[in-house]
Amino acid sequence: MRGRWIANAVALVVALLTAFPLYWMALSALKPAGEIQSLDVRPWTAHPTLENFVRVLTGEGFARYLLNSALVALAVVVLSALIAFLAAVAVTRFNFRFRTTVLIMFLIAQMVPVEALTIPLFFVVRDLQLLNTLGALVLVQLAFSLPFAIWMMRGFVAAVPEALEEAAMIDGAGRATVLWRILFPLVAPGLVATSVFSFITAWNDFIFARTFIISAKDNQTLPSALLVFFKPDENDWGGIMAASTLMTIPVLIFFVVVQRRLVSGLGGAVKS
Amino acid sequence: MYLLPTAAVLGPMFGYPLYMLGLLSVFDYRQAQVSGGEPTRFLGFGNYARLLSDERFWSVLVQTVVFAAALVLATLVVGAALAIVMDKASPWARTTLSLAALGAWAAPAITGSTVWMFLFDADLGLVNQVLGLDGYNWFYDKWVTFGVVGATVVWHSFPFVMVTLYAGMKAIPGEVLEAAALDGASAVGTFWRVTMPMLRPLVTIVVIQSIIWDFKIFTQIYVMTNGGGIAGQNTVLNVYAYQTAFGSSEYGLGAAIGVVMALILLAVTLVYIRALYRTGEKL
Repeated sequence: MRGRWIANAVALVVALLTAFPLYWMALSALKPAGEIQSLDVRPWTAHPTLENFVRVLTGEGFARYLLNSALVALAVVVLSALIAFLAAVAVTRFNFRFRTTVLIMFLIAQMVPVEALTIPLFFVVRDLQLLNTLGALVLVQLAFSLPFAIWMMRGFVAAVPEALEEAAMIDGAGRATVLWRILFPLVAPGLVATSVFSFITAWNDFIFARTFIISAKDNQTLPSALLVFFKPDENDWGGIMAASTLMTIPVLIFFVVVQRRLVSGLGGAVKS
Repeated sequence: MYLLPTAAVLGPMFGYPLYMLGLLSVFDYRQAQVSGGEPTRFLGFGNYARLLSDERFWSVLVQTVVFAAALVLATLVVGAALAIVMDKASPWARTTLSLAALGAWAAPAITGSTVWMFLFDADLGLVNQVLGLDGYNWFYDKWVTFGVVGATVVWHSFPFVMVTLYAGMKAIPGEVLEAAALDGASAVGTFWRVTMPMLRPLVTIVVIQSIIWDFKIFTQIYVMTNGGGIAGQNTVLNVYAYQTAFGSSEYGLGAAIGVVMALILLAVTLVYIRALYRTGEKL
């Protein structure tokens, strides 16, 4: 069939083009300094080296920033999973007066321009005396990942038949037991998928780190660290690409892990 | 009661700032007021009046809308075309394409920006080497810059459209398409008369989601044009609000821009919710 051949060819070409920037990032990170500065650019390297990675990880506090980013992301993931689970149970299992209003608010919350909100948030964080702390990042990112997490968890909780909980209640289980021993394990896969989204939001955050961490160098996270390698006169592209690679790898791994759930999860977030 | 922790986080970190955003926007709030040197002064709609009479605000608003519209259109065309390609291609080609797309989707906005900047670097960038443009600066002309930034954004956002639409196409029952074929419909006719109408709700959701994302574009512009380009020529609303507040310490005015943005997005969101209701969803 000719149509199929054309489709295959297009798919392949687009796949190459799409993957190319990522390939280029990893390749440049592995190139020795001489090759990066050479005006004769080649799409391969004969002398792969880890010198860029070593320079990045040992200098300019990058390892510290990596750890900070991981800590913040981890805290956000754990907290948002627990809180979103409870909230999702509330909006799916109980009928209360403002249920629909609450749900619409979660939806609207996802549309709010986050960057504009950093203006008042800056003062809130300042008044809480949290400027320059990682705690500020955790709190703020938690707030911004929750609406989507709840919206997504809703679908997973709703998918568990209510009869299961009723049966447990009849057998004499209390509310807490039903919640943590029965419902929680059943929605665990959904929780994992939701957590990945929270992780990515937190890990990719640029603006909060840029705004709330002003002077405390030790509390910077990765995105700002990346900008350190931009120099007014000469950018250290090898360093930038190595740092970018290090920042991309964890997200890439997570994406591959959840790729099957991605579509159904988003579908669930949008549809169910 | 289960909503208590949610309320505890969202109240102070989301609801209150939103309220404060509105509040700040009606006050004269600048560096002097932040440090307590001068009392805050109530301006009413003063900040808004200043914005509406400011030529720069209008030009930024217009270029934000134009840029976002171009991004939405490009993302949708690329995403939809590739969804069709995925549907027609063999499994191995489909897997290859979706893996590559997954990579672009997963890459953080900021690392995507740095890589594209490197590719388009004036001296050491691959693009100039291949095209033989020695030392051509892609970040000098306003619209060329928007083009490069736009390409980065589309690269990052088309996978969502592609994957979602492809999933939607797969969800159409085979019998429907067979019935159309039996009735003598051509492939093209089936696509426009059967597939598209059935995908309508999904397309609406994807369109509106894209509008919301592209209208709020921040990181790519901020990083790639170093905060808005030469003399701020590549500023979009979100960057403008941020720079006004934190760059020029005009917090009140910045907040007013934020409110304008929020209102525009709210309008889009309401359309979104209506679209959700139309597809027969129950909240």
